Amino acid sequence: MLQMQKPKLILEDGRRTDGRKFDEMRPVSIELGVLKNADGSAIVQMGNTKIIAAVFGPREMHPRHLALPDRAVLRVRYHMTPFSTDERKNPAPSRREIELSKVIRESLEASILVEQFPRSVIDVFAEVLQADAGTRLVALMASSLAVADAGIPVKDIIAGVAVGKADGQLVLDLNEPEDMWGEADMPVAMMPSLGQITLLQINGNMTPSEFKSGLDLAIKGINQIYEMEKNALRSRFSEYKEEGE
Amino acid sequence: MSQQKILVESRSIVVPGDVIAEGDFRLSWSPYFLKVGEKFISTVVGMVNVKENSFEVIPLEGSFYYPKVGDIVIALVKDIEPYGWTTDIKAPYSAYLPASSLLGRPVNSGEEIRKFMDVGDYVIAKVEEFDRTTDPILSVKGGKELGRINSGIVIDFMPNKVARIIGKGRNMIDTLSSETGCNIFVTQNGRLLAKCPSKVSEELLIFAIRTIEAESHIKGLTDKIKQLIREKAGGMSASNAETKVNS
Repeated sequence: MLQMQKPKLILEDGRRTDGRKFDEMRPVSIELGVLKNADGSAIVQMGNTKIIAAVFGPREMHPRHLALPDRAVLRVRYHMTPFSTDERKNPAPSRREIELSKVIRESLEASILVEQFPRSVIDVFAEVLQADAGTRLVALMASSLAVADAGIPVKDIIAGVAVGKADGQLVLDLNEPEDMWGEADMPVAMMPSLGQITLLQINGNMTPSEFKSGLDLAIKGINQIYEMEKNALRSRFSEYKEEGE
Repeated sequence: MSQQKILVESRSIVVPGDVIAEGDFRLSWSPYFLKVGEKFISTVVGMVNVKENSFEVIPLEGSFYYPKVGDIVIALVKDIEPYGWTTDIKAPYSAYLPASSLLGRPVNSGEEIRKFMDVGDYVIAKVEEFDRTTDPILSVKGGKELGRINSGIVIDFMPNKVARIIGKGRNMIDTLSSETGCNIFVTQNGRLLAKCPSKVSEELLIFAIRTIEAESHIKGLTDKIKQLIREKAGGMSASNAETKVNS
């Protein structure tokens, strides 16, 4: 592979490689109910990252002995399509994808009221159509929206965004070059109404004060995304309502 | 004691995480909202119905039925076991119908119960037993409408739209019956049995059901449906006699 040199991540005018300000997110678009066969589905796009999620269930667990007597089992598959990256990705689940499936499952399970469906299973499939940094959070948000679209009771919708450090500057919502060449990457996902964090990882180095202001920056971004998610869920019904009254 | 305060208007759309009300409400448990401290938070995409000193959340999404003892359901036979049938009632759990309930006597050893009901047959039954620990058990005793379905068509729809399809004081279902000429029997798990005079009226009914499903949160839907059926039928009432002969 061609060995590239680290590019300048913060340009002279204080903007980032894609022209954003340090606290500016990539544009987000959300579409719900995109699959007919699934009980719930969603496509979430954040910049060039695009992920489709499908939810099936709650349904009977097969094989039966894997079912839990007191709650629903949640199964999550995070997968990247072979065409999602610059170089073809082998479609077999990699070590990274297995790990991200687990991370997303644990985060999502905190929001779903799994105790209401004992002995059943909820299947979530998140397929990365296009990868450009932040796929775990976009996959998590798409999954959370698909779960809500399926009518499964949840404590809250999950919203998430990453903060990182590029050229010593804290930046919100990393893009691919910042992810690759930056000094730190910290994905954060929350249930904003409850004020609870469901996912927080960190890769790289941050000082305690950088961590604190980074988290504040992330929460600011999360609240913006959360409003967009809620509007997306609501808008499917409001357009009819005006017509009827 | 704190004050009661409902923070949303009646018939407004809520999504998970929305605070519906604050304060001290005495409400029976529902899966559609959650009490966090003093706040009541919605757990589904739904419509809030505000009543005096209380509220309820009606879910707008959802493709499964949660069984309740005493509900009448239309079950689809999935599998045959030595002493009964395993059926699909659109719930997260499969329901078991013991053969003794249908036959009114114990099954003789070596008897093929397939000849009474086979895979793919529909049966109207009552949920006899169900809780968190056991799968639902059905019964066909105690009602003349219960038993195997021999004629008519079964239409599937979203289980959370049952109340809408029946309507207040049965007005929606009465409209559907009178406009299409079908005899309709709706069950709690999101299926209905229709006995229609012709193929055209069957199609008309299916069209009406799909419209109700998509627009269940609209006010004055019954009148709209009535109008739509008439438009779609395009003066079919006049030619109804002909279609009857043809079918």
